[in-house]
Amino acid sequence: MDDLYREVIIEHYKNPAYRGKLDPHDISFADNNPLCGDHIQIDLRVGTDGTVTDARFDGHGCAISQASADLLIESIIGKPLEEVKKLNKDSVLELLGIELGPVRLKCALLSLKVLKAGVYGLGEAGDDLVE
Amino acid sequence: MFVNFHSESPLTINSMTLNITEIRKDFPILQRETRAGIRLTYLDSTATSQKPSSVIQAMDDYYRQSNANIHRGVHTLAEEATAMYESAREKIAKFINAESARQVIYTRNTTESINLVAYSWARANLKQGDLVILTEMEHHSNLVPWHMLQTERGIELEFIPVTEDGLLDLETYKALLDRRPKLVSFTHMSNVLGTINPAAEMIRLAHDAGAITLVDGAQSVPHLKVDVQSLDADFYAFSAHKMCGPTGIGALYGKAALLESMPPFLGGGDMIKEVKLRSFRPNTLPHKFEAGTPAIAEAVGFGAAVDYLNGIGMDNIAAHEHEITEYALERLEEIPGVKVFGPSADKKGGVAAFTLVGVHPHDVAQILDRDGIAVRAGHHCAQPLHEKFGIPATSRASFYLYNTKEEVDLLVNGIYKVKEMFG
Repeated sequence: MDDLYREVIIEHYKNPAYRGKLDPHDISFADNNPLCGDHIQIDLRVGTDGTVTDARFDGHGCAISQASADLLIESIIGKPLEEVKKLNKDSVLELLGIELGPVRLKCALLSLKVLKAGVYGLGEAGDDLVE
Repeated sequence: MFVNFHSESPLTINSMTLNITEIRKDFPILQRETRAGIRLTYLDSTATSQKPSSVIQAMDDYYRQSNANIHRGVHTLAEEATAMYESAREKIAKFINAESARQVIYTRNTTESINLVAYSWARANLKQGDLVILTEMEHHSNLVPWHMLQTERGIELEFIPVTEDGLLDLETYKALLDRRPKLVSFTHMSNVLGTINPAAEMIRLAHDAGAITLVDGAQSVPHLKVDVQSLDADFYAFSAHKMCGPTGIGALYGKAALLESMPPFLGGGDMIKEVKLRSFRPNTLPHKFEAGTPAIAEAVGFGAAVDYLNGIGMDNIAAHEHEITEYALERLEEIPGVKVFGPSADKKGGVAAFTLVGVHPHDVAQILDRDGIAVRAGHHCAQPLHEKFGIPATSRASFYLYNTKEEVDLLVNGIYKVKEMFG
């Protein structure tokens, strides 16, 4: 339990390095977690070689959802989109370094769902994107 | 800095109105620990109440002794089961002072009761351009059925605004009534703000304007004495599970003439008088609206819950909750950074939805859970209301007949711990 509020998570929640918006951007997508109303928008800039050159997230939510978004954005800058497409639930849990129950897992995975829906150009951030 | 109540025993109780020590013994779940040495502090009764032994026992006895399908059988068990199912209906009817038990339709819950009105009455009576008045403090269950009808039929929706202090703006309501709505549908008590709306007055005004009324009583029936006749409500919807009964069963009260005039909702067994290959004749009330094998054990539990609440007395319950709520609001508002939503204690039921500056309600709830304190976090199925107040979510503590001031103290200490953690 205390793990859930590891210092790194509180730190990323209170002082996120990648909160904000990118204008212009190449990809932008936003969605909500219908269970709790958490909201995340992700903006990406993509280089001609298909690499993420810059990224930001914005929105509101609990410490888990916001910290995982910040960690996720940090991890994808400089990566090819093809690699971003391969990210899944385990990638996020690895970034957070904690175990999560089913309810809080939804909080943690919202940013990845939004990211992948944006990268694939989908209309909705579905659960299947993070399996 | 924190007083550790867990090490203190036994629980001291101070209520002017009820013997809470005795009442707590009726609820087995309140004796459990959520982890070693941490007793459960259940402050989430607005979501669902806990169940007394008498309700659990009644359902258990039904399955052990009397289980059979109802209404069609002639054997002993079928007769017993039918009698139990119908006598529970009579208890429920008396509990809300319905004219007769046939005006109490069993449903799955308040949501299904509202949907029954939306599918049966509204689809038979509303056409494009007809106005339905709702309020900004509605639960999704009293919004979405009307959104769906708006899409399907082109009805119009207007909303009675909520004021800054969490009350309905009745002046705007009166102005909206000039537009001759067909239906006014509103919650008797808000599940977020706790506001107890002036239902009798709102119904009178609606009737003066020629409108039918539907009241969402999910939060009021468990906590207040509700008299559908003195309210003059046309429809009144509520759930068993918020009033010490089981999940899976609720009720819709309706005025007899309205229910008689309405087409059936779901088709199937038990709702018919006669079926031919190409036609059917619907059954009489209340069976017309109860297709298929219903939740029989749950109906029995619903009846036992009514018995339990009657045994304690709804006036006593309301007085006890008022005392707790007054104390909770006072203590919560002392905490720097805490903002409680809704009106003052004299205008609300036992609900305290709050925000803590800098900490998301989910995190508040999760950290409180470590001390065994169960509160809810989120938009509580009232997203538009949260938008109105410019917040995505709140933490919500709610109180029932078994809660104590000591539990409020535990909550307050827990919030101080959250503050310390998020520094």
